[in-house]
Amino acid sequence: MKFFHLVVNLLQILLTKGPQYMSKDIQIKKGLNINLVGAAELETVKAVLSNVYTLNLNDFHGVTPKMFLKQGAEVKAGEPLFYNKNIADMLFVSPVSGELVEIERGARRRILSVKILADKEQSFDVSPTIDIESATKQDVKSVWLKGGCWPFIKQRPYDIIADPDTTPKAIFISAYITSPLAADLNYVLKGKEVELQAAVTALTKLTPGKVHVSIGKSEDSPLASLKGVELHKISGPHPSGLVGTQINKLDPINKGELVWTVSPQDLVIMGEFLLTGKFNAERFIALVGSCVKAPKYYTTKIGAEIATFLYASGVTEENIRVINGDVLTGSKSKPEGSLGFYNNTVSVIPEGDDYEFFGWNKPIFNKISNTRALTFSWMQPKKKYELTTNTNGEHRAFVVTGHYEEVFPMDIYPMQLLKACMVKDLDEMEHLGLYEVAPEDFSLTEFICISKQPHQQIIREGLDYLQQEIG
Amino acid sequence: MSIKSTLHELKMKYQGQKMAPAFNAFHTFLFAPNETTHSGSHVRGADDLKRTMNTVIMALVPILVFSMFNAGYQYYSALNGFPENFSVLEHFITWDNFWIGIIKVLPLVVVSYGIGLLVEFIFAVIKGHEVEEGYLVTGMLVPLIVPVDTPLWMLAVAVVFGVVIGKEVFGGTGMNILNPALTIRAFLFFAYPTWMSGDKVWVYEARERSEQILAGADNVDAISGETILGYLAQNNEAAMSAKYSISDMFFGFVPGSVGETSAFLCLLGGSFLIFSKIASWRIMVSAVIGALVMGLIFNQVVELGWIGETNKFYGLMSFDFWKHLIVGGLAFGIVYMATDPVTGSQTNKGKWIYGFFIGFIAIMIRVFNPAYPEGVFLAILLMNVFAPTIDHYVIQGNVKQRMKRLKNAVVLPRDSESAAKELKAETV
Repeated sequence: MKFFHLVVNLLQILLTKGPQYMSKDIQIKKGLNINLVGAAELETVKAVLSNVYTLNLNDFHGVTPKMFLKQGAEVKAGEPLFYNKNIADMLFVSPVSGELVEIERGARRRILSVKILADKEQSFDVSPTIDIESATKQDVKSVWLKGGCWPFIKQRPYDIIADPDTTPKAIFISAYITSPLAADLNYVLKGKEVELQAAVTALTKLTPGKVHVSIGKSEDSPLASLKGVELHKISGPHPSGLVGTQINKLDPINKGELVWTVSPQDLVIMGEFLLTGKFNAERFIALVGSCVKAPKYYTTKIGAEIATFLYASGVTEENIRVINGDVLTGSKSKPEGSLGFYNNTVSVIPEGDDYEFFGWNKPIFNKISNTRALTFSWMQPKKKYELTTNTNGEHRAFVVTGHYEEVFPMDIYPMQLLKACMVKDLDEMEHLGLYEVAPEDFSLTEFICISKQPHQQIIREGLDYLQQEIG
Repeated sequence: MSIKSTLHELKMKYQGQKMAPAFNAFHTFLFAPNETTHSGSHVRGADDLKRTMNTVIMALVPILVFSMFNAGYQYYSALNGFPENFSVLEHFITWDNFWIGIIKVLPLVVVSYGIGLLVEFIFAVIKGHEVEEGYLVTGMLVPLIVPVDTPLWMLAVAVVFGVVIGKEVFGGTGMNILNPALTIRAFLFFAYPTWMSGDKVWVYEARERSEQILAGADNVDAISGETILGYLAQNNEAAMSAKYSISDMFFGFVPGSVGETSAFLCLLGGSFLIFSKIASWRIMVSAVIGALVMGLIFNQVVELGWIGETNKFYGLMSFDFWKHLIVGGLAFGIVYMATDPVTGSQTNKGKWIYGFFIGFIAIMIRVFNPAYPEGVFLAILLMNVFAPTIDHYVIQGNVKQRMKRLKNAVVLPRDSESAAKELKAETV
């Protein structure tokens, strides 16, 4: 009898969890691909040099900056500009050499951004290199902290820059990109294998657990040949490329646990820093979106003015929205704005501040929807759309149920978690899995939300509240 | 100047004023607003609440049109007897029939929308929020679930009660616990029971004529129309099956509440709602299963001889289990009322349980209800109350799994802590 039970149990496990145990690959079924017009051609142009480079403090959530330098000081590329008041080891360095021309402050003298007027001839603040193979955890940490590479490492829970005093149970790197119009990592990382390997080897020292790297199932990724990592092949619609989805499927975060994440393009800067001692802020940017005449890749540096490459490709309209990042998770910017610290994509789409006659009941062919309520995007899943920033409706209370679950592959009840965050119920937040998510994980539910609720903002505020109360 | 810019200027003029929500309601009805995204995703999906509600209304329109013809058809059939060799085109879709619909059914729709939306507008202006779309569907459902002879003032009172007590006191659309349309129906049922049941309310003029006859008029023929369930409750299946065939029941050429009679159109509407992903197929399917199971149980009770033919429940209990689906308001209730996302279960697993019990309890009440042989609206209201509890236990399942996982959590010490520990160990 016992044997019989054992066999039944085993069969049950194999049937339900089989694919998960038998392979390290992940297949995501729930989700929605948002296909937009304006993907970047695989062609790279060197952007015009920007005069001024700006570090925007909004990019570093939860960091209270303390300046090292005064206005007017000369800096070298890679020289520290400011540090995090709460974690003094965490330094933020200048992407270029030049003169610190402005420290923009807002209400209560909070620093909003730091601007550097670049020198014609760039000079680097070169740090001593270390032997990566023999380096210890402390060596790696101190090198990256001093060199300004640490802010590239994000932690979950709370979706903030990792606390260097902690040790994560695992580190996740997602090189499978499903976000709309995001830069093609296989293209921009080509030939960077050495830097990637250096950074990944160093990362393995920081955790007793695994370093998980995920790539597309049928993709020829430069990360496929990395050593010392656990490689996963991912398939399925967006959000399968979001690192949060992968964490949830591979090794979900429990209360008290920490997981770090790094984006592959930042690994290149971190790896190059280990190998050469130079903080090279140069990166590939995909300039995309339906308002860009010739969407393609540019090489430029973190903090460069967006206009330096935006107008080289040309824009088709006057009334545009420039987004630092992809259209689901990026932040609103302007042509005069600067390239964000973490971004490798700049999206430009038309503003949608216009009325639409009978917009609520006429059949819709030119917008994406996950219903079939006289919306016809289900008929052409491959069609590319030209979406505007119009909300397509007004903000309402949560009414419809069951839609979020269709695009939310995590083992979490999305609406219930959002509501827990809205009413600031700490117990519920914990129980329903707020530790596992970042705002970006709710970008797709926000996209399809019929009640037009601000999901990412709700989750961000929930995470901040949880961190403040529980720490 | 175009309408668009004129309206835009008016909107700017009224912005922040007390009457702004009222103006915006009309404005957004004509034009989708020019609002753009401020935080989070910069692009948004095509659907909004207006479109969602509109889809449900579209699924209800065929039923409304059918019910207008049926009001006349039942009236003339009661007067002149059922036509022999019934043909839909000849006997059903006629101007005479439709005219009865226009004078009896349309006023119900107008009063329901007029009074209901008035209450919504007043609350929106007082509370300073936009007029929400919830009532668009409720207003259409209400006239379809009342007897055709319901006096308009009665409906108006019930609508005010239903919207205020059923919805607005909880905070408006999305916050209510009970389905507002069914709250209105329940109010009518308990406040004016004589107008809601019996054999005199389902056909136009039946009640009026019997009152006239009572008053002594002798040039008036009495007419009546009993629902199928009414016949069964009186153990009078023979009379019923002589009058109505299975296809009459399925297509809805029978007396009953205005819009509930046609299981066929409910099936079509339900399929449309499932296809458009607006209503939950889980609730619909499981409610049908629940109803079939309860029907089977009753059939078995009769089969086993536990109750005799003289038993007062015999008529309803011996009624073939699958026929329960096509008579009364069950199909209408399952498709349009049980699937209300606000008052129903919100989790997918919960929807299965919630739907099952709606079907199950609906048939149970239908059979045992001494006052009125129908139980769908009571079953749905009851399950509305239980829906949060069902969801709670479904979600607890998810929480429990998370708690189980927590036992194997890898909580690593901070570097400074472990360094301090090492230092301590050395000094000891």
